[in-house]
Amino acid sequence: MYRLEHLSKVFPDGTVAVDDITLCFKPGERVAVIGPSGAGKTTLVRLLNATLRPTAGRLQFGDEDITGLSGRRLRQLRRRIGTVYQQHNLVPQLRVVHNVLVVRLGRWSLAKALWSLISPRDRDVALAALEQVGIAEKLYARTAHLSGGQQQRVAIARVLVQDPDVILADEPVSSVDPTLGRTIVQLLVHLAKAGHKTLVANLHAVALALEYFPRVIGFRGSRVMFDLPSEAVTEQILAGLYAGVETNPFVAEYP
Amino acid sequence: MTRRDSPVNAWNAWPALDTPRWRPSTLLAILLVGGLLAGSWHVAQVEPSLLFGEQGRRHVWAFVTGLFPPDVSPAFLALLMIPTIETLQIALMGTVLAIMLGFPLALLATDRLCFTGILYEMERDSPRWRPVARKAIYLTARLLLNLCRSIPDVVWALMFVRVVGLGPFPGVLAIGVSYGGMLGKIYAEILENSPEGPIEALHAMGAGKVVLLVYAFLPQMFANMVSYSLYRWECAIRSAAILGLVGAGGLGQQIEISMRMFQYQETSTILLIVFVLVTGVDHLSAMIRRAL
Repeated sequence: MYRLEHLSKVFPDGTVAVDDITLCFKPGERVAVIGPSGAGKTTLVRLLNATLRPTAGRLQFGDEDITGLSGRRLRQLRRRIGTVYQQHNLVPQLRVVHNVLVVRLGRWSLAKALWSLISPRDRDVALAALEQVGIAEKLYARTAHLSGGQQQRVAIARVLVQDPDVILADEPVSSVDPTLGRTIVQLLVHLAKAGHKTLVANLHAVALALEYFPRVIGFRGSRVMFDLPSEAVTEQILAGLYAGVETNPFVAEYP
Repeated sequence: MTRRDSPVNAWNAWPALDTPRWRPSTLLAILLVGGLLAGSWHVAQVEPSLLFGEQGRRHVWAFVTGLFPPDVSPAFLALLMIPTIETLQIALMGTVLAIMLGFPLALLATDRLCFTGILYEMERDSPRWRPVARKAIYLTARLLLNLCRSIPDVVWALMFVRVVGLGPFPGVLAIGVSYGGMLGKIYAEILENSPEGPIEALHAMGAGKVVLLVYAFLPQMFANMVSYSLYRWECAIRSAAILGLVGAGGLGQQIEISMRMFQYQETSTILLIVFVLVTGVDHLSAMIRRAL
């Protein structure tokens, strides 16, 4: 699905966020990326979903080299990649139905997109997606009125409507409580499995990563520290990954 | 507890601090501002005696007493009816025109929508002229907005009276153009401050500019923009009442006539109407803003 060759991202202020990474993600694979905060995990997601341009190296999606794309072809490629963010990134002022359907707008005419704000088109599609994440009754609720967990479900429903080949998740459970976090990760994994989608998730909660993802990548100092099947990740390896980090998520129990 | 070890006295235990001294730059600034004020007094021919001298006092008294009582005869009120409605409508049409002018320009003058930031992060390799063209459009829009609002509405009205003749229409155009400049500038600033997260998310899912505008920029900032437009509409009522002085219709024209005829009682009636209009619109827009 993805092929990263010597991929690097250096920000204009000189910060090296991703440093010479070579990786490969197979279609349908579920990968968790763990590591201390500030390791460059978020930047990696933004490189993978073509929001940021790598400063060096190659990034291949399917058979296509993303790094050279622009304009319409870039937009078409982005439609095949869905992202769930830590802060949900929904528009709080809009109703849930609009936040979910917004990803379909690229396929609609402008008139239809505008009219949909008044009288939602493809309501059933939105409803079906919300049913899958378990909050169908919130279809017409104002997004700002939902709780954090509910908003994250809406964000996942949005990705479902988008129906991408890959789902990227950037700390999807950091802003909700642990019990809810587990449910959300379960939901993501379930949906990825059911839709045969590749799932790459940055996770702060190591326990969840080891439990639900067959492959775990340890990220530290903008580089890959290890890339192992989850069975092979030992406490020693984890201790090395989080060495010197004050809040060690490895110790934090996950219910 | 003795006075000596009260918290205030504890300061004594601290190392002696230097007394703040006047820095030369502070002194210079004071001298400059003082000089500026003195110079302005002289150049602007500020002459308090004209107001407060014996003759001045007589003039002021004559004028102020002339204002009373306001002329509220039915005939005069009936005469003012049309100009009052005209003023309201000049303000309304002018504000609508200003929004129609300011909004599209604001979109071009919003840097995050136009040439920089996350939306253009991946586009740097596109042909070199494109980013240059985008920036040029942005700067032109900014320039136009600045031009529109740096010329006062009264001056615009004077010019439009020359072009389209006397009447309310030049007033509408004047408010439209000068307020269009102000609205456009503020709209652009508001849009530039819209929260980035939802914009990034939609962008990353392949949404185009129009979708981003309608589904991310505008919904997040709509209340702000409406609120500011209402405020400008309030100001437009005040402007509309004045523009008549240069022949652009409305109550201003009546003010001008009554002053020229030394009918100060009529002037005070008109001023009262303006006051009622402005206060009324003030409350109305406050109500709408609360409801948003």
